[in-house]
Amino acid sequence: MAGVRVLVGTRKGAFILTADGTRRDWHVEGPLFGGWEMYHLAGSPQNTDRIYASASLGWFGQQIHRSDDGGTTWSPVGNEFTYDGDVGTHQWYDGSQRPWEFTRAWHLEPSLSDPDTVYAGVEDAALFRSVDGGQHWHELRGLRCHESGPDWQPGAGGMCLHTIIQDPRDADRLHVAISAAGVFRTADGGKTWQPANRGLQSGQIPQPEAEVGHCVHNLARHPQRPDTLYMQKHWDVMRSDDDGASWYDIGEGLPTDFGFPVDVHAHDPDTVYVVPITSDEQHFPVDGKLRVYRSRTGGGDWEPLTNGLPQQHCYVNVLRDAMAVDRLDDCGIYFGTTGGQVYASPDAGDTWAPIVRDLPSVLSVEVQTLP
Amino acid sequence: MTDPATTTAIRVHLPTHLRKLAHIGDSELTLDVPGTVTLSAVLDVLETHYPVLKGTIRHHGTDKRRAFVRFFACEEDLSHEPHDTPLPDQVVRGTEPLLIIGAMAGG
Repeated sequence: MAGVRVLVGTRKGAFILTADGTRRDWHVEGPLFGGWEMYHLAGSPQNTDRIYASASLGWFGQQIHRSDDGGTTWSPVGNEFTYDGDVGTHQWYDGSQRPWEFTRAWHLEPSLSDPDTVYAGVEDAALFRSVDGGQHWHELRGLRCHESGPDWQPGAGGMCLHTIIQDPRDADRLHVAISAAGVFRTADGGKTWQPANRGLQSGQIPQPEAEVGHCVHNLARHPQRPDTLYMQKHWDVMRSDDDGASWYDIGEGLPTDFGFPVDVHAHDPDTVYVVPITSDEQHFPVDGKLRVYRSRTGGGDWEPLTNGLPQQHCYVNVLRDAMAVDRLDDCGIYFGTTGGQVYASPDAGDTWAPIVRDLPSVLSVEVQTLP
Repeated sequence: MTDPATTTAIRVHLPTHLRKLAHIGDSELTLDVPGTVTLSAVLDVLETHYPVLKGTIRHHGTDKRRAFVRFFACEEDLSHEPHDTPLPDQVVRGTEPLLIIGAMAGG
């Protein structure tokens, strides 16, 4: 019987939650890498035994670990992320120019086609790639060296490249999102990049419609309709139907359009999920009610999903990488909270139940659908 | 000048996270350090024996100490000493260990 493996990264280690296709009874394993900040774990779409994990600590820096047996055993691989060539500078909080400095890998994105190829989005914002299973990392420097680079500046969480979207039609085509620079895309495997932020409006920057400078929080794409992208921005939920060339607002009907994650139903490109929170100053659900919002029409028409979620006194947040969907027929959806709960819905969001309630603050959730 | 062909057994304490990372069971290990016993020489040997520790104590490329790592010996903080400074005699003689510490942080 098919099953799922949920990979949970937390502030104090990683956890692996497994269940069969009913997703009723869960086995919880962890903490793995106890004490390390696990920004992200991700499995290869081509080989579910291959999992990459990003572990970091303020004291001892970055580690990348790899499992080749579905998370049973792990080995450290390469942890050297050296910017390629002239490091250059970006804008700092006080307006001064500051050299790029590696802090951590926020997001790992295994290739759609090759288990040994994996991308890493890092802070300070840059994109790295390994083609040998994580042993060695090479920067795709065209992104950081974009002419707008000196104008990029960090958001409150640091200047991080946190989202990497691959195009199922062409391995050379990628979108990335950077806080707070915005979306960039490449069609030549990362040699050259173009901003892809037309249509975004951000009241937090001097020019609300600037080409670069937007605090994009997350992107999602459905492989069956790859020209359509969904975005959760600092404020605003947006959609593009032209591969990111332009964006329009689909947040009408949400209680607030501030949030972090966005994801798409595994089998329906028009069904999209967000988790609205109160505001940029209050990172918790509106009125203490934890509600996932679902649109079955590609945005603009939203319904709250509450069955099984706390509807009073709930003041947790759901971070940008902490929501994921499985690929079973009824599309399970999962998210983790800063309060340490991981919720699962086996029916595309209609009903929810916690898998675990008391983990450390959850940074990321990914799901592997097992044969 | 110490003969570079000779080695000195140096006791080194590592923090728990790094011992686990390198699969070092004991809290203290002994490293045979060639030549003059300096912090750099000890760390070079440590990283040669345990490559996974590269980048965890000092930065890749620059070899600068990571900000939240401290080096203590003989009740002295050596963190701000040049890394090519000879370590204290007690460390060289093996009566005292070199302590590699994760700095206090948190609240």
